[in-house]
Amino acid sequence: MSQAQLTREVARRVFASEFNDSTYTFKESDDERAPNYALLPTGDRANRVFVVGTLTETEDVGDESEYWRGRVVDPTGTFFVYAGQYQPEAASVLRETEPPAYVAVVGKPRTYEPEEGTINVSVRPETIAVVDDATRDRWVVETAERTLERIEAFEEWEAEQADPEGASTASSNEYALMARERYDSPVENYRRDVIQALESLEETEATP
Amino acid sequence: MSDVRQHAEDIHEQFSDHLDVDVEDVEGRLTTLVDEYKVPIDEARRSVTNHYLDEAGLERDDLAGSASQEASVEDVDEPEQWIDLTAKVIELWEPRSDSIAQVGLLGDPTGTIKFTKWAKSDLPALEEGGVYRLRNVVTDEYQGRYSVKLNSTTVIEELDEDLEVGNDTSEVEGALVDMQSGSGLIKRCPHEDCTRVLQNGRCSEHGEVEGEFDLRIKGVVDDGIDAHEVIFDKEATEALTGISLEEAKEMAMDALDTTVVADEIAEKILGTYYRIEGPTFGRYVLADDVEELDGPVDAEELLIKARSM
Repeated sequence: MSQAQLTREVARRVFASEFNDSTYTFKESDDERAPNYALLPTGDRANRVFVVGTLTETEDVGDESEYWRGRVVDPTGTFFVYAGQYQPEAASVLRETEPPAYVAVVGKPRTYEPEEGTINVSVRPETIAVVDDATRDRWVVETAERTLERIEAFEEWEAEQADPEGASTASSNEYALMARERYDSPVENYRRDVIQALESLEETEATP
Repeated sequence: MSDVRQHAEDIHEQFSDHLDVDVEDVEGRLTTLVDEYKVPIDEARRSVTNHYLDEAGLERDDLAGSASQEASVEDVDEPEQWIDLTAKVIELWEPRSDSIAQVGLLGDPTGTIKFTKWAKSDLPALEEGGVYRLRNVVTDEYQGRYSVKLNSTTVIEELDEDLEVGNDTSEVEGALVDMQSGSGLIKRCPHEDCTRVLQNGRCSEHGEVEGEFDLRIKGVVDDGIDAHEVIFDKEATEALTGISLEEAKEMAMDALDTTVVADEIAEKILGTYYRIEGPTFGRYVLADDVEELDGPVDAEELLIKARSM
């Protein structure tokens, strides 16, 4: 067994707004079976994600065989989840679940280019399960926490880069560097999304 | 005092009984590696130590090192440390090679750790259940797991007392993101001492057998930083899913298919957050204590942090 099979890729926590901006994908070796990663703009790589949100719409968009598209909404935006004949379990959940419903999706980021210059990011699900509102709220808080941790690491690295004194001792942050080279949007945007997501929880708590 | 000088003195100390060498010579060798060849100090130290080992005709295990320290099993988190342990021999295993005199598991109130005793060290035999004070054992690491090695400088003293042994438990918290194959209603080989899971009615050791039904879950609990593999045995699976072994058998019988049980379990647990506590077994955590995290969460503290960043 290869090393890659021994270490399972972790499922990153990322809000929809950041996920949909993760348009750059890469591999870390020339091996054909090497894992594919999406580059998160806050400076990390994601081979797998775990998202929980509201399934608001499902549609079979396939021509000859079934190909289900689900819209999964979190406080910052919408994840597009596509499942076809090679994801039979996930496809059947999309077929049989009546929206709206809270769902937890484990899957791989995939990119496609519907037209020149536009790259869409979607989730190819491994599993989809119907969950409750407590799970959804827990995910929002957890994802906010993980996102803030990435932003903190990114900003620390940026500060070290900017300081000529510290340049020689600066820690390396490979994916922050890659994100700054590949993306335009500042990480500050994602901090604002985190605040918005957390505020949306506070509001629901306030309503009796 | 410079770093290199300190390392040189440490090395010199280690060899003082074996070689007639002065500190300047050691320091010179280290300096060459570090300054001229840009070798990291740890690697340089290793290389210079090896040089003197060769010169003295010694093995690494023969070095007494700088004074070893009294330690507990849970303190072991670095290889090549010289420590003194007071521990109980929990189990002795069959050595796989002639170079090993004894191998097994030691325990103290803080946990358990594997030990190896080399044949060439010529030490007295340890007995299962015995409590010993072991002076001058050296720690080792293989794929993230630690062990201790008894060597020719180790002093073994048998103690006339009992020692309570603690569990090596870990706690993982996160979402259950995957259920692996071999979960749900399975069949095990009925042969005595063989509990292998059957594949298509066959045991890899005993061939085609009439299997015995069992329930288990091999799951992955992921917190967004690490993925942990967790095993739920029959009791834990029954408690987690509310499906008893008898009910699972009935479900399979009705459907003429055992996979319906795994499907039903997956539906109940996938995507749910748990806190799981239990002993670790290789790369698995055995779920002894399982709590579903379905209480309210506090966003306030995080919101303050996010706003102040």
